[in-house]
Amino acid sequence: MKSQESHPSALVDFLFQLADDELMVGHRNSEWLGVAPDIEEDVAFSSIAQDEIGHATFYYNLLEELHVAPSDVLAFERDSRSRRNARLVEAENGDWAGTIARHYFYDLFEQVRLSAILHSSYEPLAMGASKIIREERYHLLHMETWFKRLASGGEESRGKLLTAVDAIWGSLDDLFSLGEYAVTLVEAGIISKNAEQMRDEWISLLQPTFDEIGFCLPRIPMMSDGGRVGEHTVPLINLLDTMSEVYRLQPGAKW
Amino acid sequence: MSDVRMKEFMERIERGQKIEATDWMPDEYRLLLLRLIHMHGVSEIMGAYPEKEWVPKAPTLRRKLSLLAKVQDEMGHGQLLLRVAEDLAAPLGKVRDDLITDIFTGKIKFHNVFHMEAPTWADAGIIGWLVDGAAIITQTALLDCSYGPYARVLKRICAEESFHMHHGESIILSLAEGTEAQRQMLQEALNRWWNSLMFFFGPTEVSDAASRMIYYRIRFKSNEALRQKFLSRYVPRIRAIGLTVPDANLYYDEAEQKWHYTEPDWEYFSNIVRKNQGPKSQERVQLRREAHEGNRWVRDALLHSQEKAVI
Repeated sequence: MKSQESHPSALVDFLFQLADDELMVGHRNSEWLGVAPDIEEDVAFSSIAQDEIGHATFYYNLLEELHVAPSDVLAFERDSRSRRNARLVEAENGDWAGTIARHYFYDLFEQVRLSAILHSSYEPLAMGASKIIREERYHLLHMETWFKRLASGGEESRGKLLTAVDAIWGSLDDLFSLGEYAVTLVEAGIISKNAEQMRDEWISLLQPTFDEIGFCLPRIPMMSDGGRVGEHTVPLINLLDTMSEVYRLQPGAKW
Repeated sequence: MSDVRMKEFMERIERGQKIEATDWMPDEYRLLLLRLIHMHGVSEIMGAYPEKEWVPKAPTLRRKLSLLAKVQDEMGHGQLLLRVAEDLAAPLGKVRDDLITDIFTGKIKFHNVFHMEAPTWADAGIIGWLVDGAAIITQTALLDCSYGPYARVLKRICAEESFHMHHGESIILSLAEGTEAQRQMLQEALNRWWNSLMFFFGPTEVSDAASRMIYYRIRFKSNEALRQKFLSRYVPRIRAIGLTVPDANLYYDEAEQKWHYTEPDWEYFSNIVRKNQGPKSQERVQLRREAHEGNRWVRDALLHSQEKAVI
């Protein structure tokens, strides 16, 4: 099925969700360069950041192939209103516990979302997802290990992790949303699960970890479209200002 | 007894054999190596900071990825080198934590270039092209080092540094072929870095420590020989892309087969290195302090959770 022809706006909007999520999370990761808790983790985190930005590039390239615009224009020129990432990934890093908790929740979501596009009716996406999901599996293992270690790392560490989970939990409302074209996306088989199904699967994957470390799973906040329809927070505006600082000096120039 | 060991040690070195971490070695050899490798490792780590600032601002996805990978390599080199330094430091009762803490207590120096400002994107390019280019020259000169673990780690580091040089060169070429504003940004960055690059190779005269390192076959070439090599390699390239080397006195004397250049302000730069007095020294040392001390709880948590797992 040539879903890009029958549902171009839905597909384009969804590719933006994927691309913007990965770019923002990669950008936030890269902010840890040189300041991670130890040198070994600095190297590991940087690998993960490179993977995320590489995935973002893959999705922006798909948009470029659909003649939306060149990938760098899509990555660097769009303002916050046109971004489709979840608010979870635009938030500032906070401390190491906040960074790990956010990343763990996001990576778990990535497993759920990618598994729902492995057989996407849009073949280029399905092909990419099968490669990306293998890399994301390692990120998830890394983050899950850290999450459990921080939980069992003594009172201070566990306290910081609990505080981080509490703070992040409130910003999960738009993570599972498929945005403006949610119905079309599922009907056209671009993704095989809707928001509620993804949320439920995410919870079922998270529950065993929470049980193991003795954390209580809070109730998921009411779902909203938020970032998936361009409603973002100040940290994204600041992030975009930083990210496009050089790009904007000479728009259209070769760098 | 110790005379015999010393004699055997020097004979091994003179035969070109490598000394390994568990071999006997004179204290002087250990201390010279430790200072060299510790400083090298710390310079790699502190060298991440001027470029780290530009990762979030890199102007294309491709540049962002390559700069991120490059800075990661520098941190990785720091890690490899600190591992080598840890083995040398162990008999002295020093561990990794001490090697890092020495940075912000001022007990270990790092290269002058990493104390300097990198205010534009072109600086990120110049660092990759010329600072890494200079580092390749000093590091390849150590590849035959008599200490095996250092020589092996350097082999990998030099291979990666040459990728960095190409990464920097690619940024530079885009700017050099770009708009007038881009070319100007590039020339200004070169002007900013030139004196630091000349100082990077160190003083012209051979210091006591340097001559002892030559004696032990830790290093072989003088600072001046390395600086000359840098000039021969890069001055033609810099000119070929239409940039001007900001030194009116620079010329190559065919008869002497030697570059003449304006000497950097030795005192200014050595104060920067010895006292962390450069324009960005304190800010970057502070970043390292915060990374290390601010995240101590994380490392403690790891130890705590490992102990629990063992029990």
